[in-house]
Amino acid sequence: MNKLRIKEHPILDFSEDRKRINFTFNNQSVYGFEGDTIAAALHALGITKLSESASLKRARGFYCAIGNCASCNMIVDGIPNVRTCITILKEGMKVESQLNKGELNVK
Amino acid sequence: MLNKDGVAIKEQVMSKFPSIETLVKPKAIIECYENIACNPCSTSCPFEAIAIGADINTIPVVDFDKCTGCGICAYSCPGLAIIIGRIKENKALFKIPYEFLPAPIKGEVWHAINREGKIIGEALIEKVDSNLRQDKTLLVHVEVDRNLLYDFVTIRRKEDE
Amino acid sequence: MLSKDLVIIGGGPAGLCAAINAANAGVSSLIIDRNPMLGGQLIKQTHMFFGSEKQYAKTRGIDIAKRLIKEVEENPLIEVWKNSTVVGLYSDKVITVLKEEEYLKIQTKAIVVATGASEKSLAFENNDLPGIYGAGAVQTLMNVYGVKPGNKILMVGSGNIGLIVSYQLMQAGVKVLGVIEAAGNIGGFKVHASKLRRYGVPIYTNTTIKRAIGKDKVEQVETVKLNDKWEMIAGSEEIFDVDALCIAVGLTPMTSLLSMIECDMKYVSELGGLVPVLSGDNETSIPGIFACGDASSVEEASSAIVEGKLVGLVASKYLGGIHPDYEKLKQEYLADLDNLRSGPFGEKIRVGYQKLGGPNHA
Repeated sequence: MNKLRIKEHPILDFSEDRKRINFTFNNQSVYGFEGDTIAAALHALGITKLSESASLKRARGFYCAIGNCASCNMIVDGIPNVRTCITILKEGMKVESQLNKGELNVK
Repeated sequence: MLNKDGVAIKEQVMSKFPSIETLVKPKAIIECYENIACNPCSTSCPFEAIAIGADINTIPVVDFDKCTGCGICAYSCPGLAIIIGRIKENKALFKIPYEFLPAPIKGEVWHAINREGKIIGEALIEKVDSNLRQDKTLLVHVEVDRNLLYDFVTIRRKEDE
Repeated sequence: MLSKDLVIIGGGPAGLCAAINAANAGVSSLIIDRNPMLGGQLIKQTHMFFGSEKQYAKTRGIDIAKRLIKEVEENPLIEVWKNSTVVGLYSDKVITVLKEEEYLKIQTKAIVVATGASEKSLAFENNDLPGIYGAGAVQTLMNVYGVKPGNKILMVGSGNIGLIVSYQLMQAGVKVLGVIEAAGNIGGFKVHASKLRRYGVPIYTNTTIKRAIGKDKVEQVETVKLNDKWEMIAGSEEIFDVDALCIAVGLTPMTSLLSMIECDMKYVSELGGLVPVLSGDNETSIPGIFACGDASSVEEASSAIVEGKLVGLVASKYLGGIHPDYEKLKQEYLADLDNLRSGPFGEKIRVGYQKLGGPNHA
């Protein structure tokens, strides 16, 4: 799956060693690197289905990748509707598919 | 046809070339066929051989007397539309911009490619320039058969089949 | 409630240049950007830019971004909030901001809306499958995060963005199976199209997407040819095996903040969609609220840079800070915009501005 990570590029430099960041996706242990967004890290692992649509249960991935279309919304550390395409990955993040319109546990 | 498939027809290509007599020295072939607001070729030329003027939508025109074929315009053109051509006996020598990996290496033989992306012969890599000013665009010196003069435009690595 | 004289919403080329020019006139500003980094769409542009030297022609977009960001970060008069989203804009010039986890209200005296534009999408069966991405998304993924969108991709749209992103995909090692275009002609600069053709990428005009096929992810795409009445030609369908599909069918200005203040807006398709009606100073119908860059009309980055500089000049004047070379620079910027818009590719924009009755029409 790391075949999707670009190692050599004629214009850009991706050679920098970046710190590995461990997180979970639907309770599965996964990883990314420092500087990744959640969606980019999942995509690099071949995970393109991020959530499901609320009523018809259609697969959802990202579309615009700049925080505009809300297709990439997931639940991150218990907070729903997080735009994973513009949210930087942090160590230990708990990322879950959002299968509904989002519920907040307000205490 | 250029508008439908991005491929200039032979007449268009040849209109950008100087005479055969002039091509004994390397000259810039600027395949810019549209009025685009752009002038780096003109402003980069150290010999003031490329004319555009105040209205930067003007299509550039090369003064072949001033042009030395140095190749600076070839790696300055944002559209990568410029190649440097020259004739030497039964060969045509080109300097072309190239921005892919793996990079060509001196001495290798690559495919010679035409504007439709088809293989038309072989290209011997004579030299690969890459200084800081080129900003990652390589300038590749190649040698092809002279009869490919108006057809050759780029190279493709032989293993990429 | 906080107080800031000049707030610039959006830290892309237009916003950055507005802040720099305002600072040159002695006026301090706050740039608010919802992304983790400044630079807008420049940070993913690995290709060399067109235009003239004044708009950094020949420089790669990523390097233009670095230069502008550095200039902004080193300027003591410019404050920057990243990861901060402006969520409300009011006609008394109050804005509300979600600054990371904090919700803040700011009373301003002048506002520049430089929020850019976003990808349009295309309607076809199963267009919501994962793996179907906007062109900007593909660029972000590969050029910013170093992740390939897939290994075999089909590009929809032959405007400059579709053509350039196809080339960038190849540079990232992705196979581009082709570029499809619904119209009869290639939309973008032919030099971009010629590059793709010489590197072996076919361009299919009069062709569109009929549907995407796949379970949980796009696996195949069915294209179909169109006749000159834009009708699908039965029997002309073709299937492509892909692992990603890229949609590059145009951008539309992000003006949702402007619609909150009920300034005069107009739908002009040539400019990208719903745009604010602007005075010659790029001021909206609400005094002290300006717009520039793709948020005011979808053009090139070169125009965004000049518009940003212009707005930095006029917004600071509105606040009483007059740039020492005000008149000279203003004339220069207007002339530059005219020049950028005067060729055949600028025609659409000129027509658009005439319909808008807006600024700087050539």
